[in-house]
Amino acid sequence: MFKILEKRELNSAVTALVLDAPLIAAKVKAGQFVIVKIDEAGERIPLTVADFDSEQGTITIIFQAVGYSTKRMQLLSVGDYIADVAGPLGMPTEFGSPKRAIVIGGGVGCAIAFPQAKTLHKMGVSVDIIAGFRNKDIVILEDEMREVCDNLYITTDDGSYGEKGLVTDVLKRLLSKGDCDLVIAIGPVPMMKFVSLTTKEFGVKTIVSLNPIMIDGTGMCGGCRVRVGGEVKFACVDGPDFDGHLVDFDGLMRRNTFYREEENHICRMGGAHLG
Amino acid sequence: MANMSMIKVPMPEQDPNIRNKNFLEVSTGYTEDMAVEEANRCLRCKTRPCMSGCPVNVKIPEFIELIANRDFEGAYKKIKETNALPAVCGRVCPQESQCEGKCVRGVKGESVAIGRLERFAADWHRNNSEDEVPPIIKNGKKVAVIGAGPSGLTCAGDLAKLGYEVTVFEAFHAAGGVLVYGIPEFRLPKDIVKQEIEGLKKLGVDIKTNMVIGKILSVDDIIAMGYKAVYIASGAGLPMFMGIEGEDLVGVYSANEFLTRINLMKAYLEDYDTPIKRSKAVAIIGGGNVAMDAARCAKRLGAEHVYIIYRRSMDEMPARAEEVHHAFEEGIEFKILTNPTKILGDEKGYVNAIECISMELGEPDASGRRRPNPVEGSEFTIPVDSVIMALGTSPNPLIRTTTSGIDANKRGCLIVDDNLQTTKEGVYAGGDAVTGAATVILAMGAGKKAAESINEYLS
Repeated sequence: MFKILEKRELNSAVTALVLDAPLIAAKVKAGQFVIVKIDEAGERIPLTVADFDSEQGTITIIFQAVGYSTKRMQLLSVGDYIADVAGPLGMPTEFGSPKRAIVIGGGVGCAIAFPQAKTLHKMGVSVDIIAGFRNKDIVILEDEMREVCDNLYITTDDGSYGEKGLVTDVLKRLLSKGDCDLVIAIGPVPMMKFVSLTTKEFGVKTIVSLNPIMIDGTGMCGGCRVRVGGEVKFACVDGPDFDGHLVDFDGLMRRNTFYREEENHICRMGGAHLG
Repeated sequence: MANMSMIKVPMPEQDPNIRNKNFLEVSTGYTEDMAVEEANRCLRCKTRPCMSGCPVNVKIPEFIELIANRDFEGAYKKIKETNALPAVCGRVCPQESQCEGKCVRGVKGESVAIGRLERFAADWHRNNSEDEVPPIIKNGKKVAVIGAGPSGLTCAGDLAKLGYEVTVFEAFHAAGGVLVYGIPEFRLPKDIVKQEIEGLKKLGVDIKTNMVIGKILSVDDIIAMGYKAVYIASGAGLPMFMGIEGEDLVGVYSANEFLTRINLMKAYLEDYDTPIKRSKAVAIIGGGNVAMDAARCAKRLGAEHVYIIYRRSMDEMPARAEEVHHAFEEGIEFKILTNPTKILGDEKGYVNAIECISMELGEPDASGRRRPNPVEGSEFTIPVDSVIMALGTSPNPLIRTTTSGIDANKRGCLIVDDNLQTTKEGVYAGGDAVTGAATVILAMGAGKKAAESINEYLS
């Protein structure tokens, strides 16, 4: 049993929970995920660890209430317990030693993009963040992101906040300056696909964090398999981070639709699929 | 006077056309009178050929004689002397190639129904008496077991009885391993597994779930925590795919995924959140028990056509005879001597057919079975909307790759000596993690042996 120590509503659909999980907090590194199961009847939901404090023994998960299980999880309060949290799973992000990085978050994907930017910022890397949302109402983590970067660019689809347009519009502008040597993109699959196509033109290394369907998170079900550079990889053990220039995004998008008919039941890593 | 009937007392079963729509247990079990009648078919051979076929040396003629004498609790205790999980083994062991395969009665007619009698004794005990916790003198030594499947649980139980403080680390949220994620409810009710696990807890075994060893702790971490020996029983969990065209299509998945959704996550029940696809026509690739389980689950989820596609003939099929028989009865369609060549999909990337080729058997191959060869030009397609790969599994590398000194062979199976010790001192391994995918009973046999070796090592 894992106790909920803090709860924050980031917007009407996105919630952050701080969990008491000392063993996980002691081992987890940026980019890794946990599998969360609320109770006996719950699904196993993969969620990227958004933040952790190894001294306090806590981890933070951020999710968007889109499916049945995430909606149930949104109703939990401080002091409640989550039955099962397994992790840390997957490989940590390999940042390398970039000089200037652009970190891109799409929608609730910003929840995961933010700690990546924070890590880079702490490493002394110059960081620009591009955060894309559908509209002003769902903007999350603006202040937090601003604190860990040189420049924060917010875009909205309808222009109700920040710049009207897509994250790739800003990205092209920044890449034309020519000093960026790493892009990290976390968000809906189409966004990661178009970011990767853009950075490929500029020849800039790009890391994406994938969100496929999975159950166990240890390589057992194969539900999360994805083609990367022509090879079949399991996102749960080989990822969730991959080279964006090698991922078969179209295949991933197709496979992610598999359970769409069975209610809003899809497990998604990071819940990061709405722009 | 021995019962000289040539056939076993028939097992009461749900009607095939009723049971293929529910997940209740297929076989409902012998009554006391049926069990006594069947027990009287045993000739009590002095040479006990049946026992030589049992990986855990159950004293078969002795427990059967106790049943014949209506001492059902005594029979249970006799089995339990050497077998930690009788209710499980009576249901899932491949008896025809083990104990029953050696039975003298089987030379002319059917062998004694040893499996059914074992199940009867275990069920009788569960329904009529309480588990007794034997007096245990603790020795204060800590041993860690990785994996709460049949091998790990057997080892943990034996060590706990010897006085060790045993902690079992399980990656999933529930203990039981393949008994809970793999084998369906209609073949092995989960309440039985649960009760066996409760029995272990009463012996003092501490089961820690959600512990993915290799991630949250390495084997070295476990040793540093004061555990004097470690038994790795992490099974063979990685699914294999064929590598054919169309495997990326939507609707192709592993039997592991399909069965885990159904058995562990209970996706077939209304009250559970995990989704499951209810397909109209399903192709299962493979001929083992896992393939049969997946096929019979697909049928129960309402599929009109469920095909088992297997490249050899019925004679080579590795599944238990009873599972094949039950699958037939339930309307599973067997496409034997057939091998998939590619999976076809619609414009949206969803599976709509599987292309196969006919096979013929040639000379025996390395496995001793006749090698299947494709018949040129015999390709044909079967319309399906799901394809489930049940081709076998291999051990997960997560544990050995995160601790130095634990070597594996080319197939990823851990290397052990005669005492089941790995290449790292004090670290033992057994079950599917060593053999590759095999049976519950062989894994239990290894757990037993590992417990003996660990006891010797720490004494």
